[in-house]
Amino acid sequence: MKVLVPVKRVIDYNVKVRVKSDGSGVDLGNVKMSMNPFDEIAVEEAIRLKERGAAEEIVVVSIGVKQAQETLRTALAMGADRAILIVASDDVHTDIEPLGVAKLLKAVIDEEQPGMVLCGKQAIDNDMNATGQMLSALLGWSQATFASKIEIEGEHATVTREVDGGLQTIKVKMPAVVSVDLRLNEPRYASLPNIMKAKKKPLDEKTPGDYGVDVAPRLEIVSTSEPEARKAGILVGSVDELVDKLKNEAGVI
Amino acid sequence: MAVLLLAEVTDGTLNMDATAKAVTAAKALGDVTLLCTGESCAGAAEEAAKIDGVEKVLCAEDALYGHRLAEPVAALIVDLAGDYSHICAPATTDAKNILPRVAALLDVMVITDVSGIVDSDTFERPIYAGNAVQKVRSKDATKVISIRTSTFDAAPAGGSAQVETIGAGTALGLSEWVEDKVAESDRPDLTSAGIVVSGGRGIGSEENFEIVEKLADKLGAAVGASRAAVDSGYAPNDWQVGQTGKVVAPDLYIAVGISGAIQHLAGMKDSRVIVAINKDEEAPIFQVADYGLVGDLFELVPELTEKL
Ligand SMILES: Cc1cc2nc3c(=O)[nH]c(=O)nc-3n(C[C@H](O)[C@H](O)[C@H](O)COP(=O)(O)OP(=O)(O)OC[C@H]3O[C@@H](n4cnc5c(N)ncnc54)[C@H](O)[C@@H]3O)c2cc1C
Ligand SMILES: Nc1ncnc2c1ncn2[C@@H]1O[C@H](COP(=O)(O)O)[C@@H](O)[C@H]1O
Repeated sequence: MKVLVPVKRVIDYNVKVRVKSDGSGVDLGNVKMSMNPFDEIAVEEAIRLKERGAAEEIVVVSIGVKQAQETLRTALAMGADRAILIVASDDVHTDIEPLGVAKLLKAVIDEEQPGMVLCGKQAIDNDMNATGQMLSALLGWSQATFASKIEIEGEHATVTREVDGGLQTIKVKMPAVVSVDLRLNEPRYASLPNIMKAKKKPLDEKTPGDYGVDVAPRLEIVSTSEPEARKAGILVGSVDELVDKLKNEAGVI
Repeated sequence: MAVLLLAEVTDGTLNMDATAKAVTAAKALGDVTLLCTGESCAGAAEEAAKIDGVEKVLCAEDALYGHRLAEPVAALIVDLAGDYSHICAPATTDAKNILPRVAALLDVMVITDVSGIVDSDTFERPIYAGNAVQKVRSKDATKVISIRTSTFDAAPAGGSAQVETIGAGTALGLSEWVEDKVAESDRPDLTSAGIVVSGGRGIGSEENFEIVEKLADKLGAAVGASRAAVDSGYAPNDWQVGQTGKVVAPDLYIAVGISGAIQHLAGMKDSRVIVAINKDEEAPIFQVADYGLVGDLFELVPELTEKL
């Protein structure tokens, strides 16, 4: 089975986000960018499937700016076999919407015919949590979102999902789109020799036009603003003082 | 304008809080029709009909919808979509699973976790773990949106909408339900509780989490946790508060042994009053706390529990 893993280049999760003063967006110039943390987990899971003999080839795909090459190289260094970069913009501030991403991924999948897609549950920049579900719909495949455990048995996968009430286990028909949650695994670091080897692995470059897909946005971004700041609080010196404040000042107990 | 709102129904029971909050948001967009689905959901539909502002309730009862699997529920909504300008749902894990699928089938973008409604096609939503708020205007014919319930008040009771039973769609045979692992608890629901007490890595073990639970029980509060506490096995996954867990906005949030990473703040910084108990006075949680108490949680929390 071939496994396809879409990986997104996003602001590193440790970076303090700054909203541009003109309200046009978040400042992404000269900030550290990394692979979306959920996508690292998806790549790791694909590698483990391969190590277990359940997958033969891992193809990673990224859609965005040319610099997403770095993200793909990271995935190749972790253990993916081949990469496809779809250059859809030359401005790092342009985010291709999940619907456009899903359409492009569908076009890639029509060519590549993978037996499974493993994607992240959510990109930590737009926090959309949508692409996997949209892709599954366009393909007419089954979907299993927020996976914390995946077992593949022949024509089916049994997936445990993290849901509001606790955990839900479902059995999906393959091929399927599975979106991964944080507790599925701990992604590995790429070793130096593997980083060197990754430089020689194939990385194909494409454009949305190659697939005949229109990625024009459906949502116009009117403005981006800072959330309302909380006003500074105080330190209290004792439990008694805290109880007093909660009762008599805040009136919450 | 007409709005189809997917009610939150789990195993035949209506989640009144999440649904009524989403009704408040949906009412701003047009006449609200609620859709209840489940293997049995007539009871939930009767309940939902009493929410003020609901014009009509559709009840789709069939084994097909038993566990709210995304594929059949999305197909049902797509069948109904023609009559509506907006398709909404409270942003629960169920809706996050279903709505993007609906949107893709309708060839429109989904707008998730909406925290503000500006007008019928303009919405606000948090991005970057709540570090920024984006205002977007949809150019799509049908708007598919999930609603962040923590920012809307629940619509009151007092309605008397008509309930209409509708037929089920055809089975797609793509996925089947195997099992649910749901912890039974007498505590209030995390997302609707007035008070939440959360523990982090500082708690140190599953056994020690009792300290947090005792304080919560004294206050009649729900219990939450940081990702680190859940990952370490101190607390179950459904207690996680944050960017990738639950979003809460209680009157009082007490963070115990939690450092205050941005991803945690994303899920609780809209709480009315925040209390932080942490031995590290440099911990970022103190920057959002109204009342901070620096010290050892193993001494302070039992003392607080006793003195309340
Ligand atoms: C993609 C992504 C998504 C994430 N989503 C979430 C999310 O949804 N929710 C979430 O919470 N996190 C999330 N995280 C993780 C987040 O970045 C932090 O790692 C996590 O919140 C830290 O949890 P913590 O505060 O419990 O642990 P730590 O940061 O380790 O803090 C423990 C605190 O306990 C204090 N402490 C220790 N002992 C004592 C004592 N005896 N008395 C008093 N205080 C004590 C310490 O001073 C410290 O401040 C996410 C991370 C990523 C990358
Ligand atoms: N531009 C992109 N390139 C590659 N993968 C993407 C892209 N956008 C989203 N994805 C995938 O879809 C997942 C969910 O993203 P989102 O729906 O934007 O929250 C991510 O974790 C990725 O696996």
